[in-house]
Amino acid sequence: MSAIIEFKNVSKHFGPLKVLEEVDLEINRGEVVVLIGPSGSGKSTLLRCINGLEMITSGDLLVDGQSVKGGNKILREIRQEAGMVFQQFNLFPQMTALENIAFGQRHVRGMGRKAAKISAQELLEKVGLGDKSQHYPHELSGGQQQRVAIARALAIKPKVMLFDEPTSALDPELKQEVLNVMRQLAEEQMTMVVVTHEMSFAKQVGTRLIFMEHGKIAVDGSPADVIDNPPNERMEDFLRHV
Amino acid sequence: MNVDWSIIINFLPQLFHGAKITLYITVIGLIGGISLGALIGLMRAYGGYFLNTLAFIYVEIIRGTPIVVQVMFLYFALPVLVDIRIDPMTTAILAIVINAGAYVAEIVRGAVLSISKGLTEAGRAIGLPRWKVVVYIVGPLAFRRLIPPLGNQCIVSLKDTSLFIVIGVGELTRTGQEIMAANFRAVEIWTAVAVFYLIMTGTLSLLLRIIEKRMKIL
Repeated sequence: MSAIIEFKNVSKHFGPLKVLEEVDLEINRGEVVVLIGPSGSGKSTLLRCINGLEMITSGDLLVDGQSVKGGNKILREIRQEAGMVFQQFNLFPQMTALENIAFGQRHVRGMGRKAAKISAQELLEKVGLGDKSQHYPHELSGGQQQRVAIARALAIKPKVMLFDEPTSALDPELKQEVLNVMRQLAEEQMTMVVVTHEMSFAKQVGTRLIFMEHGKIAVDGSPADVIDNPPNERMEDFLRHV
Repeated sequence: MNVDWSIIINFLPQLFHGAKITLYITVIGLIGGISLGALIGLMRAYGGYFLNTLAFIYVEIIRGTPIVVQVMFLYFALPVLVDIRIDPMTTAILAIVINAGAYVAEIVRGAVLSISKGLTEAGRAIGLPRWKVVVYIVGPLAFRRLIPPLGNQCIVSLKDTSLFIVIGVGELTRTGQEIMAANFRAVEIWTAVAVFYLIMTGTLSLLLRIIEKRMKIL
């Protein structure tokens, strides 16, 4: 069994609003799944259900064999397996870049202060920011902040990385530096689920592309195939606009 | 009109004593009030339906009634209701605790809610338990935003001690009143009393400004 994320007939409702409707989806280890779709189609919600930031209304959702409905303790274990990167970076503003990364290692993984510092510095270097360790988030550009955020998520040693529109808040010239880090992660066989509008990234890095519409998976296929030959009209229309 | 400022010197020891009692009530009352307020504020922000409602009722009752009525209730009504008799000093401190607690609760709640939800999510997303998110992430950030309104409340509470004159606590205002009753030197005495209050509130303001400056406000 190589599926690391399994959606089993998952629905998510916000009051009367059905954001996800009976979604079935299996994501295997090493896959880079790109989620696209018009706003309100449920792609962000789908992502946020995986680490329990949104609770599913019905069905079941397994991450590395554990159900998101298993209670707080299980949920925390799931979150340690599924790192998340947000559109707005959400770095802790009172901590330096290094502290942002070391924080989770110390408080979640129970690493010692020194070991956490060393490994945080290594992660900063991995995302190309080795010289920014003592900078506070507000002293960094958006692209740099997002790379620190990626390092912070990686610090917990997750098995899956979830990206929620990681480049949408960035200027075009800053997007590339973030996408490059993501590309590098994909090359290292990290399992990734990425909500994005970057079609060239989807094509080059994605191993699978999912087009969502009205809370359902409308298209699921290889990026190269479905981007060049959209199998349905809505997707064709959508692609013309991104 | 004859105004003789020199008479104040004779009453300085008395005024100092009154100011000391004012300060004592304020400090002890605020320690209690801020602790209570923090607890109630967190109940408002994070508590489930039951705790939240309980905290809400407390805040509304205290905010909705004058502090004089609260003091009177503690001092005169409580002994009748439940047969607890407390001395004026304890009543005064308790009144500050209960009163400041309600206002501080709203300050704490506001500060906590003003911290972006995204930061809480980022904390939860790395697998932190909820209490660690509050203690390490939201708490320190909220604390910085807490300082200005909290300082304001400290000054209000200090001035509120003046109305414990109604239950005969010998604080600064009461001291002024007593001196006045003996020599009718209204201008000199009330000016002196006002200056004493200004020195205390001024010191508090200064202290707060220093704390604010030393902390990076984010």
